[in-house]
Amino acid sequence: MIQQALNELSQQIRIRPKYDNFIGGNWVAPVKGQYFTNLTPVTGKPICEIARSTAEDIELALDAAHKVKDQWGRTAPAERARLLNKIADKMEQNLKLIAMIETLDNGKPIRETMAADIPLAIDHWRYFAGCLRAQEGSISEIDHDTVAYHFHEPLGVVGQIIPWNFPLLMACWKLAPAIAAGNCVVMKPAEQTPMSIMVLMDLIGDILPAGVLNVVNGFGVEAGKPLAQNKRIAKIAFTGETTTGRLIMQYASENIIPCTLELGGKSPNIFFEDVADHDDDYFDKALEGFSMFALNQGEVCTCPSRALVHEKIYDRFMERAIKRVQSIKQGHPLDPSTMIGAQASNDQMEKILSYVEIGKNEGAKVLTGGERAQLGGEMWEGYYVQPTILEGHNKMRVFQEEIFGPVVSVTKFSSDEEALSIANDTLYGLGSGVWTRNGTRAYRFGRAIQAGRVWTNCYHLYPAHAAFGGYKQSGIGRETHKMMLDHYQQTKNMLVSYSPKALGFF
Amino acid sequence: MVERVSATEKALTEIVRLEKQHGPLFFHQSGGCCDGSAPMCYPRGDFKVGEQDVYMGEIGGQPFYMGKSQWEYWQHTHLIIDVVPGRGSGFSLEAPDGIRFLTRSRVYSEAETDELDKLGPPPSGAQMNARAEAAAG
Repeated sequence: MIQQALNELSQQIRIRPKYDNFIGGNWVAPVKGQYFTNLTPVTGKPICEIARSTAEDIELALDAAHKVKDQWGRTAPAERARLLNKIADKMEQNLKLIAMIETLDNGKPIRETMAADIPLAIDHWRYFAGCLRAQEGSISEIDHDTVAYHFHEPLGVVGQIIPWNFPLLMACWKLAPAIAAGNCVVMKPAEQTPMSIMVLMDLIGDILPAGVLNVVNGFGVEAGKPLAQNKRIAKIAFTGETTTGRLIMQYASENIIPCTLELGGKSPNIFFEDVADHDDDYFDKALEGFSMFALNQGEVCTCPSRALVHEKIYDRFMERAIKRVQSIKQGHPLDPSTMIGAQASNDQMEKILSYVEIGKNEGAKVLTGGERAQLGGEMWEGYYVQPTILEGHNKMRVFQEEIFGPVVSVTKFSSDEEALSIANDTLYGLGSGVWTRNGTRAYRFGRAIQAGRVWTNCYHLYPAHAAFGGYKQSGIGRETHKMMLDHYQQTKNMLVSYSPKALGFF
Repeated sequence: MVERVSATEKALTEIVRLEKQHGPLFFHQSGGCCDGSAPMCYPRGDFKVGEQDVYMGEIGGQPFYMGKSQWEYWQHTHLIIDVVPGRGSGFSLEAPDGIRFLTRSRVYSEAETDELDKLGPPPSGAQMNARAEAAAG
C-alpha cells in the first residue's frame, strides 16, 4: 500500500529519494555531505534520505535570509498578502497529495490530514494575509503639537523549530505570521517528520522571493542548537517540551532576543452531572468529546488526557464512554475509514507503554486497551498502540505527565470546587474542556481554570482567529491569532514635535 | 543507600560512549509535550540549573537533575534510565545515533520511602552549584 501510494504521488510531483536543504530558493546539499534515513511510522521502513545538517548549513540559510530581509521587509503589505494567498491556493490545489505525504511521514490517518491538518494549514495563510491587510499602526496625540506615531516593523530574520505531531500545520502556524509580518525565516523541522515540508517546498518554493523561507533539516543537537544559539536571529520560536524550552530561553538570553514557546500540557476534560440529563445529541457529543484523547494517536499538546467525571453519573457515563472508545477503528493510516493510525516513532511507542506500566504500578486500573496493537501485513513493524483508559487519582504520574499517546486517565469528583482543584492541580495550563448544559456554570468554571484555552461543550477545534497558548509551564505567547503578528514585529515610535518653540531648559 | 535514579546496563554503555565523544555529560528530565517525559542529555555546562531544579543523583558518573515542581509530583517513584531505538528530538546528544534515552519508573517500597523521608528533599541546582564552586575554590 505504501509503494502504491508513492507511485501515485510520483505521477503528480517529483518524490525525491534524497532531500537536500531548501536555502535561498534552491536545493542545497548539506556542507558535510551527510544524510539520515527517514522511516515511515506506518511500516517502520525507510521512505527517503534527509539532509543531516550542521552549523555550516544553518549559516548558509542565515546568509540567504539576511540577503533578502530588507527587500522583503519593505515589500508592500498588499503584495506580501497576495503571495501568502497564492501559497494557500497552491496547497488547496494539491490537498490530496500533501495529505498523503503527511500521513506517510507522520503515521496519522488520511481522514485527519484531508479534513483537518491540511485545510487548517491552508486557512492559516489566508487568515494572516487578511490580518496583515487590516493591521494598522497607531497615533497618540501627546499634546496639540506633539504626536507619537507607532509603526509595525519586522524583526528581520527569525529561527523556528517545530514538532513532529502536526508537521505541516505547526510549520504553517509559525511561518504564516512571521512571513506576513515581513520577516525571513530559517526553519528546522523535527527529525521524525522531515519529509512532508520538503515536498511542500517543491510545490510552493518559487512563490516567495528566494531566501524568505529556508528549511534546514537535521538533528536538534547538530542543527537546532546552532540555530537557537545564533547571534544572527532576532527571535526564536519553539514548540516541544519543557527542558528544551528552558534551554532555548537560556540561549535567547545570551543574545537578548525574544522567544515564544509552546510546551504542552496535561489538559483536563470535565464532565458535569447535567451532561447525562438526557440521552440526546448533546450526550452523544460529550461521549465523542471524551474520546478525543485518541485524536492524532494522542500526540497533541492539548490531548484531553485527564477526564474528570461527576461521581453521580460516573458509572453510566463510563459504560458508554468505554464502548465508544472500543469502537475506534485502528488500522492502516492510508485507509480512509481508519480513525487512529501509528505513533510517530518507536521511542514514542516505548514511552507510552512504559507509562501504562508505571500507571499500573501506582495502582491505576486499565478499563480498556493498555497494549501495543500488533497489526498485520506491512504494518507489522509499525508503531501502533491501543486506545487506553486508565482509572485512578490525580496524584498518579499518569495524571501528571504528558504521555503523548492515546491514553486517558479518568477520575471522579463530587463538587464544582473539587473539580476545579483537580483541574488546576498540574504544572501545565494549555488546554481544558468543560461539558455542562448550564451556561452560567460553564462561564464561571471556564474563567477559573488556569489554562490558555477552555473548550466549552466542544474539544480539539483549532480555528485561526481563536488565540492558542499556555498558562504556567505550558509556554509563552499566543498563536493562531492576529496577536501573533505582534510577536514577530518591533514597534517603532516616532515622537514628533510640530512646535517651533524651545523647551526652555537650556 | 536508596537511590533516586539509576540506569540500565545498555544506558550505562551509551553514557560511556557519549562521554568519550562529547566530554562530561549532564542529564535533565523533561516534561510537557512531544519528547517530554524523556531525559535530555547535554554536554555538561550547556544547561544552567538553579533554585528550581533538584539533583537526583548520578548515572554512569554524570549528574541527573529535574525541575523541582515536577519532582514534587514524581517523588514517590524511582527513575530507571534506559535506551531504546528511536528518533527523539530535542537537543539530546544521543539522538543522531538512532537511539533515545527513555525514563522507566517504579514506585518505591515502604522501606525505601522511610529512608528517603529521613534523607529529606534532594539538594537544589543552586546548592549543587555552590558546592562545586566551594570545591573548586
